[in-house]
Amino acid sequence: MSVLELQNVSRWYGNVVAVNDISMTLGSGVTGLLGPNGAGKTTVLHMMAGFLSASKGRVTLDGEPTWRHPAAYKKLGLVSEREAVHTFLTAYEFVRASAKMHKLPDPDAAARRALDLVEMTDAQDRRIGTYSKGMRQRTRVAAALVHDPQVLLLDEPFNGMDPRQRMHMMDLLHKLGERGHTILFSSHILEEVEQVSGTVQVIVAGRLAASGDYREIRRLMTTRPHVFALQSSDDRKLAVALIGEKSVSGVEIDHSGLTVRASDYGSFTRALPRIALGEGIRLRKLLPSDESLESVFSYLLEA
Amino acid sequence: MSTVAYITARGLFGRRRALLLLPLPLLLVGLAALCVAYDVNPQNWGPTVLVGLGLAVVLPVVTLIVGTGVLGSEVDDGTIVHILTKPMPRRDIILAKLGVAILVSAVTSAVPLFIAGWLADSPKLGLALAVGAAVGAVAYSAFFLLLSLLTRRPVLLGLVYILVWEGLLARFVSGTRVLSIEQYVIAIADRIAPTNLLTGQVGAPLAIIMTVIVTLGCTIFAIDRLRSFSVAGETS
Repeated sequence: MSVLELQNVSRWYGNVVAVNDISMTLGSGVTGLLGPNGAGKTTVLHMMAGFLSASKGRVTLDGEPTWRHPAAYKKLGLVSEREAVHTFLTAYEFVRASAKMHKLPDPDAAARRALDLVEMTDAQDRRIGTYSKGMRQRTRVAAALVHDPQVLLLDEPFNGMDPRQRMHMMDLLHKLGERGHTILFSSHILEEVEQVSGTVQVIVAGRLAASGDYREIRRLMTTRPHVFALQSSDDRKLAVALIGEKSVSGVEIDHSGLTVRASDYGSFTRALPRIALGEGIRLRKLLPSDESLESVFSYLLEA
Repeated sequence: MSTVAYITARGLFGRRRALLLLPLPLLLVGLAALCVAYDVNPQNWGPTVLVGLGLAVVLPVVTLIVGTGVLGSEVDDGTIVHILTKPMPRRDIILAKLGVAILVSAVTSAVPLFIAGWLADSPKLGLALAVGAAVGAVAYSAFFLLLSLLTRRPVLLGLVYILVWEGLLARFVSGTRVLSIEQYVIAIADRIAPTNLLTGQVGAPLAIIMTVIVTLGCTIFAIDRLRSFSVAGETS
């Protein structure tokens, strides 16, 4: 089993700090690297993959640094976010070329096995330039898997995939994780991470905001205060009724309606229609106003 | 042929950029043939066509297109990552790409220079120009390959070197000739086939030594740069 380790890693570009003092240890299984766009996920992945030096700290794979150490790629595979492929080659040629550059004893068999794993066998003899985004992505995954690496890093691997391809990719990552591989994939979509991995590393604004079992983090995310914008036939009467509800932690009233803070999303959304019905108030608008992922992440950072 | 060289060659000829290689050599041969057909004295057209066009433009520009294409295009479109994520010494990657660049640019520029030299004077001059072009292709390729790792605008910087340094400064400021690959090529060709069509401005031994130094220096530097190749995060 290979261990990928980051020890107090920071990376800055001039005055801008992209990654700030992150430490993590990744062992076998699937880990999701979660964070909003611009949080520094790609920078972390690139440092892990030896494509960026850390300004401070150490990135090691089984004790060896990944930066300026090409031998690390015997154990490491990378699927970058940038959809860069040699479009003039067929998928088979592309994956076989990867196998040959890895100096595998039987590059043809390795290429066939990798393409079969990502279900690209049928289209393997067509030029990559003719593929859909999802097919290109799977071809790149096949090329990264051709040498059966212990560690596979994927940057936003589900981008551009249709639901079926997404399911297939999730299934593939699951299987690889179960076979003892160390898989790390980045995503800005919580549901993706939730479906694939048991453990997550959450990065917000270059810092590690949360780390561990996704259920625990999910609970933190769902029990945070939620803010709703409300409009009704009688806002003042509704405000009085709502403040008596246990799940409501605050109500503000102004000319545009009510702003309600609820400590429990589920209890509030169940209680609201009951209260409105009981008071004879007609609800005109109900909008969760802080549901953007960024607000969820910044809450986590504060938690 | 190594896999890296195979992919590089496929990439080079698979791009429209490869078509840019054709017009200049054709122009060189065409002009030389035209002058011969109209019986113009080689003394009148030889220096202009052979040196002014052949060695000052065709050889460096062809090599610039090829030299920056073998690595620069892959750096630009990100496909270089596929090659770099392999446990290969970076030296092997640079040498494979340099080999392709030298071979393609040497053939593309040496053949028309050989024909033009033969038309202007003799097969010996043609051969001298072809050898000079091949030697020049080696040094230029190493230099342009390095440029594509040092800057995001290797073609622009390469053109500045060809037009400003070699084209302008090296003609008027004698000291800069020591750092002009074009002058090395002229000196080597002039040594192989002395004619009054070519006038070497630097000595042949110096030209050979400088060619070796430029080639080795640029190649070693390029290998080191590739070892530290960084991919900036697109979302960071």
